[in-house]
Amino acid sequence: MAEYIEFEKDHHEHHHKETFITKYIFSQDHKMIAKQYLFTGVFFMGIIGILMSILMRMQIAWPEQPNIIFDFILGKWAPDGVMDADIYLALVTMHGTIMVFFVLTAGLSGTFSNLLIPLQLGARDMASGFLNMLAYWLFFISTVLMVSSIFVEAGPAAAGWTIYPPLSALELAQPGSGLGMTLWLVSMAFFIASSLLGSLNYIVTVINLRTKGMSLTRMPLTIWAFFVTAIIGVISFPVLLSAALLLIMDRSFGTSFFLSDIFIQGEVLHYQGGSPVLFEHLFWFLGHPEVYIVLLPALGIASEVIATHARKPIFGYKAMIISILAIAFLSTIVWGHHMFITGMNPFLGSVFTFTTLLIAIPSAVKAFNYITTLWKGNIQFNPPMLFAIGFVSTFITGGLTGIILGDSALDINVHDTYFVVAHFHLVMGISALYGMLAGMYHWFPLMFGKMMNKNLGYIHFWVTAISAYGVFFPMHFIGMAGLPRRYYSNTNFPLFDDLADTNQIITMFAILGASVQLVFLYNFIYSMFYGKKATQNPWKSTTLEWTASQKQIHGNWQGKIPQVHRWPYDYSKPGYKDDFVPQHMPLKKGEEEY
Amino acid sequence: MISVFIVLILIFVSISLWQMIKIFDLSKAISGVKIDDSQIANDKDNTTQAKLMLAFLAFIYAITIFSIVKYGKFPLISNAASEHGEKIDTLMIWTLLLIFIVQIITQFLLYFFSFKYKGRKGAKALFYTDNHKLELMWTIIPAIVLTGFITYGLLTWSDVMNLQKDNDPMVVELYAQQFNWKARYAGNDNVLGKSNVRLIDIDRANILGLDENDPNAQDDVITTELHLPVNRPILFVMRSQDVIHSAYMPHFRAQMNCVPGMVTKFSFTPTVTTKEMRENPSMIDKVININNIREEKNKELAFSGEEPLDPYQFDYLLLCNKICGKSHYNMQMKIIVETEEEFKNWYKNQTLFKNSLIAQN
Repeated sequence: MAEYIEFEKDHHEHHHKETFITKYIFSQDHKMIAKQYLFTGVFFMGIIGILMSILMRMQIAWPEQPNIIFDFILGKWAPDGVMDADIYLALVTMHGTIMVFFVLTAGLSGTFSNLLIPLQLGARDMASGFLNMLAYWLFFISTVLMVSSIFVEAGPAAAGWTIYPPLSALELAQPGSGLGMTLWLVSMAFFIASSLLGSLNYIVTVINLRTKGMSLTRMPLTIWAFFVTAIIGVISFPVLLSAALLLIMDRSFGTSFFLSDIFIQGEVLHYQGGSPVLFEHLFWFLGHPEVYIVLLPALGIASEVIATHARKPIFGYKAMIISILAIAFLSTIVWGHHMFITGMNPFLGSVFTFTTLLIAIPSAVKAFNYITTLWKGNIQFNPPMLFAIGFVSTFITGGLTGIILGDSALDINVHDTYFVVAHFHLVMGISALYGMLAGMYHWFPLMFGKMMNKNLGYIHFWVTAISAYGVFFPMHFIGMAGLPRRYYSNTNFPLFDDLADTNQIITMFAILGASVQLVFLYNFIYSMFYGKKATQNPWKSTTLEWTASQKQIHGNWQGKIPQVHRWPYDYSKPGYKDDFVPQHMPLKKGEEEY
Repeated sequence: MISVFIVLILIFVSISLWQMIKIFDLSKAISGVKIDDSQIANDKDNTTQAKLMLAFLAFIYAITIFSIVKYGKFPLISNAASEHGEKIDTLMIWTLLLIFIVQIITQFLLYFFSFKYKGRKGAKALFYTDNHKLELMWTIIPAIVLTGFITYGLLTWSDVMNLQKDNDPMVVELYAQQFNWKARYAGNDNVLGKSNVRLIDIDRANILGLDENDPNAQDDVITTELHLPVNRPILFVMRSQDVIHSAYMPHFRAQMNCVPGMVTKFSFTPTVTTKEMRENPSMIDKVININNIREEKNKELAFSGEEPLDPYQFDYLLLCNKICGKSHYNMQMKIIVETEEEFKNWYKNQTLFKNSLIAQN
C-alpha cells in the first residue's frame, strides 16, 4: 500500500504544471469534471427544462389565449401569441428528456459521483482520468445536439420522452418526428456512450482505489448509492441504445422492427411484422431502472446529509446498504408496470404487479431508518438538512401513490392521467431535486472553498417546499377525476371544466417555485466569488473529503492519503469530547467500531 | 417586451431587497452587535427552522383535508358505470385509506422529530446505530400489509381481465386513427369481418379496411358514436391504423391501448344508462357546477363579443389517452348506454357495410 501511495504522489507532481486548457476545459481532474457536469447538466439544461415546464403550465391554465410571454419566447411557434398544439407536445417531450436524462442523470450523478467517489474513498483521482474527460465531452456533444434540435425548422421531437413508435418513427405522423427526432436519437446515443464510460469508471474506482482500511462496509452511503447507480446504468442503458439504433433503422433504412400495417395520410406504408410493444419493452427496460438511477444518488446524499446535520449515526447502516441493493435488483424486473394496458398478456401484468409492490418494502425500511435517525438527534438546521428532510417527505408522499399505480387493476383507470404526473414528479422529480440541492449546499464549501448564504438557503427551501406540494398534491386529484396528461387544452371537454381553477392554482405555484430557484442561482454564483471563506470542515463531518487540500489540487491530498480506521458515522460517540470522530482517527484502545 | 420589463423589475426589486438586508446587517455591525456570519446554523436558526417544520406539517395536513373536501365527491371515485368498475373502486378506496393513514403517521413522525430534536449548542445526540428488532418490524409489517394488497389487487385484476368468463358478449371493434374514433358492430352473426389497413379503399368508402369478400363483414356496421345496451357484456376489439392510441373510458374504469399491427381486447358490462347517470344526484350537482362555471365564462366571452358556450349535458366519453399527435387533445367519441330496446331501435337505422360501399364505374 505504501508503494502505491508513493507512486501516486510522484505521478501527481509530474502533472503539476497545467495550462488554462488542461485545467478548465479538457481537465482530467475529477473535481473540475464534476463542476463541468454541474454547470452544463444542472444549471444550463436545468434552466431550459424548468422554463419549458412553465410555458406548458401557462398553456394548461390559460388555454389557447394569446400570451405575450409565448410571443416573446416561442416566436413563430406561437402565432399571435397563441401556443401551437404541436409545440406544446414538443415542450412536453423536451422537458421530460432534459429533466430526466440531462439534469437528473448526468447532472446529478456526473456532479456528485465525480466529486465524491475519489474524495470520500481516499483516491487521488478516478481510475481513468482520461475516460472521465471523454465521458464529459461526449455528454457535452449530446447536450449541444439536444439543444440544437430545439431550433430546427419543424420543431424538436414531440412524441413524449418515451418516444413510442410509430409516432416517433413517421414524419407523416407529426412534424417533430423529422429532423428533430433524428437529432434526439443521435444525441441520446452520445449520451448513453457518455453514461457508460462514466459508470464504468465509477465502478472500477470504487472497487480498486479505496484507501487503506476503507472496506466496503466502511464506505459512506453516498458511495454505496453512486456505486449501485453506476451498475444499474451499465446494465440498462445499452438496452436503450439498442432500441434507439433499431428505431433509427426503421426511420431511415426501411426496416420494420417496430412498425407494421400502417395507413397514414392516405397511403399504406410498406412496414410489416414489427411491433411497437417490442419498443416499449426495450424502452422501459431502461426506463424503469432509470428512475432509480435518478433516485439512488439522492438517497445516498440524503443519508450522508441527515447523519451529519443530525449529529447522529445513520440508523441501520447495513440495512440501508441491503435496501439499496434490493431496490437495485428489483428495479430491473418491474418495467412491465408501465405497460399494463398495452395489450401485454394479463398474466405478465400480474407478475409485474407483484415485483413492483415488493419495492415498497426496502423503500419503507429506508424511510423509517431516516426518521429514526432524526429521533433524539441534535439537529442542526443548515440548508442542506432542510432539503434532506424535504427529500424524505416527498419520497414518502410520492412513493405511497406508487401502490396505486403499481397495482395493475387500479392502474387501468389512472394510467396516463395527471395522477401519474403527480406521482413521478414527487417521487423522482422533486425528491431527486431535493437530494441534489441538499448535496449542493452541503458540498459547496468543498467545491469552492466558500460558504453559501444560509438565510437565502432558508427562503429557497421553504418557498420550494410549499410550491412543490402546491403543484403536485392537487394534481393527484385531477388525475383521479380522469384528466388525461399531455393534453394541449381541456376546453373540448366540458366534463373537465370544474378542474380549470385547480389548474390555474397549480400553475401559479409552479411559477412561484420556478422563480425562487433564481434566489438559489444568485446565492450560488454570488457565494462562489464573494461568499464567506469556508473552514476546512465546516459541517464537522467524519468523511475523508473534508481532509483534502482546500487548494483544489489535482491529487486531492498534499501529502499521503489518509488511512481509514472506522465507519463513516461516528457522530456523538460516547467517550469523545467532540460530537464527531473522523474516519481517519484510529480507534482508541478497547473501543468498538460500532 | 412587457414581459422582459416585468422580469427586469422583479430582478431589481429582489436585488434591492437583498442590499437592504445587507445594509441592515452592516448597521448592526457598526453599532457593536456581534454578528454570526459563519453561515452555519446557530441555536436561533435551529429554533426558527424547527418551528417552521411544525408549521409545514400543518400545511401538509391542511392541503390534504382541503383536497379531500374539494375533490372527494368526484363521481369518478364513486359511481362506476360498469360491473367491474365497482370492484376497482372498492380496491381504490381501501388503497387510498392505507395511503392516507401511512402518510399522516410518517409525515407526523418526520416533522415532529425534526421539531422536537432541534440542535442546541453543546448538546449531544444519542449514539444509536441499529436495532434489529425495530428493523425487522418495519420490514415484516409492510410485507404483510402488501401481501394482502397484492393478493386483493391480483384477484381484482384477473377478474377484470378474464375475457373468457362472459357468456356471449357482444363484439364491438374500436378503431383509432389520427384524430378520431370509429366503432364497428359485428352484426347479427356477432363475428367481425376480416380486416387489414392494406385493404382500405377510400374511393369505395371502405375506410376501415374490411375484406369485402368476407361473408362475416357484410353485415358489419360502422358508426361514429358508440351505443351500448345496458347490462350486456361487451367485448371490445381494438385496432389502430397509424400510431398508438389508447381507448380510455373513465366512467367505466376501462382503458386499453390501440396498437397498429395488432389487436388488443378489453371487456366490460355497462350497468348504468346515460339517462340514469344524468339523474344521479352527485352527477346533477357536478353538471350544475360546471354550467355555473360556463355561465361565468360566457359573461367574459360576451364582453369580448365571442359566441357563448353551449350548456353542458352529461355524456359518457371515450377519450384518447396516449400521445398521438397534434390533435390528441381533441380525439373523443360519445358513448351512449341505453336500454336493449332503445339500442335495437338505433341499430336498425344504421347502414350495413355491404350497403355503405360506393360502387366504382
